[in-house]
Amino acid sequence: MTSTTKTLLLLAAALLAAWFLPVGSPRFEGAVRESLFMLNEYARLHVILCLVPALFIAGAIGVFLNKDSVLRYLGPGANRFKAYGVASVSGTVLAVCSCTVLPIFAGIYTMGAGLGPATAFLYSGPAINILAIVMTARVLGLEIGVARAVGAVAFSVVIGLLMSLFFRKASSEKTRTSMATAPGAPQRPLWKTALYFASMAGILVFANWGSPEGAAPFWAFVAQIKWYITSAFSVLLAVILVLEFKVGWRRVLLGSVPVTALALLWPEHPIYAFSAGVIAVGALSATGGPQLREWFDATVGFARQIIPLLLGGVLVAGFLLGRPGHEAMIPSTWIAGAVGGNSLLANLFASVSGALMYFATLTEIPILQGLLGSGMGKGPALALLLAGPALSLPSMLVLRSIMGAKKTVVFVSLVVVLATFTGFIFGTFAS
Amino acid sequence: MTIQVLGTGCPKCIKLMEHVHKAVEKAELQGVSIEKVTDIREIMKFGVMMTPALVVDGEVRVMGRVPGVDEIAAILTGK
Repeated sequence: MTSTTKTLLLLAAALLAAWFLPVGSPRFEGAVRESLFMLNEYARLHVILCLVPALFIAGAIGVFLNKDSVLRYLGPGANRFKAYGVASVSGTVLAVCSCTVLPIFAGIYTMGAGLGPATAFLYSGPAINILAIVMTARVLGLEIGVARAVGAVAFSVVIGLLMSLFFRKASSEKTRTSMATAPGAPQRPLWKTALYFASMAGILVFANWGSPEGAAPFWAFVAQIKWYITSAFSVLLAVILVLEFKVGWRRVLLGSVPVTALALLWPEHPIYAFSAGVIAVGALSATGGPQLREWFDATVGFARQIIPLLLGGVLVAGFLLGRPGHEAMIPSTWIAGAVGGNSLLANLFASVSGALMYFATLTEIPILQGLLGSGMGKGPALALLLAGPALSLPSMLVLRSIMGAKKTVVFVSLVVVLATFTGFIFGTFAS
Repeated sequence: MTIQVLGTGCPKCIKLMEHVHKAVEKAELQGVSIEKVTDIREIMKFGVMMTPALVVDGEVRVMGRVPGVDEIAAILTGK
């Protein structure tokens, strides 16, 4: 087809769609309203306090953590047991964005510890990267967030072991026996790196500390003083910036003036001071030395990649499914019928459709929020979260080119079956 | 000099390509060929697991991160 015909056909399709646009229908108009409401809710509730600090942490993981030392445990000479353990949890550090999962998988498979650890990594990686954990817990609730991380780690080992059991005779055609080592992240003592990450994690955790009704008194107490704790961690980060990253202390002081002023002027709106703090850290890192500049670039890179996708996903999810308790394009009764309750069939349906669908980074979260609000059970929700981001039709094609059709089919089936049962078990206990 | 940028096409790989072009310009290097390697099996042959990666004359110099223009220029001119 020539490009002119293609354009013409597209135009015709767009006109036809516009012609039949159900503008007067209450369901359609409600759906448009819902998508805008949901976008508004995300922008207000989840972006500044949660997504932005998580992006800074993701950027720092990409720049400052030495990944060679982790990859060594997954190399050709690695201890088998250690390799499974490391593979199942290293997604947190290695797979900051979903596009890095497949190369690392291919690397572990073709030149590293082999099929078992490689599939373990492939399964858990997308579920336990820092952005996924943080946003799942924030939007969908701590319960599902924790179940997702724990389920992914536990079942990745099971899937890895089963894969290597099924294919223990198949000789893996190793293309190369050694991994390349390149001068990677700059070396600094572990305790310094740990302190730096702890300061950012502290800010993220305490700024988002919620106090659900009927929570233990300790939780409520922490929620009362959470902004003092957050401030303390921010001061720690500022000190680290001065001492370790050699940012001039006058500039750090200058950056903290608006933050302090806003905090004192509007203590009832901590988000003002928080936003000023985010801007200050961004400005200091953008104008700092080469390392800080790299941190800033990595953070902005993640933001540019993830925020448009997430907001697009929110609009689509809002249009199709609506906020919890509101109707949108797809009637809630359909959803409740397909994936409501916690039957094995509902779990299976959720994990199969999750495996086939392509979720761009983090878009699974608004979609699931919409589904849960429309009557999806918690079990099927977890099943979809476990099968979804690990698999999609495009990734299956790449997998086939790396390890062959047979292994891919077995892997996909294992993921679907295990996700179904995990969802079922979780649903039984959670509801 | 042959420069290869390894990456499956994610935004970071595109960014690295940009930086390499700028670095070559900045260092005023002549006779440089810049090549993009996107096939995952080809990438594996370099022993690289973390993309993007920068390969200069067959040797992996940077892996899993996007260095700044100045750092790349320093690598290319051997300083």
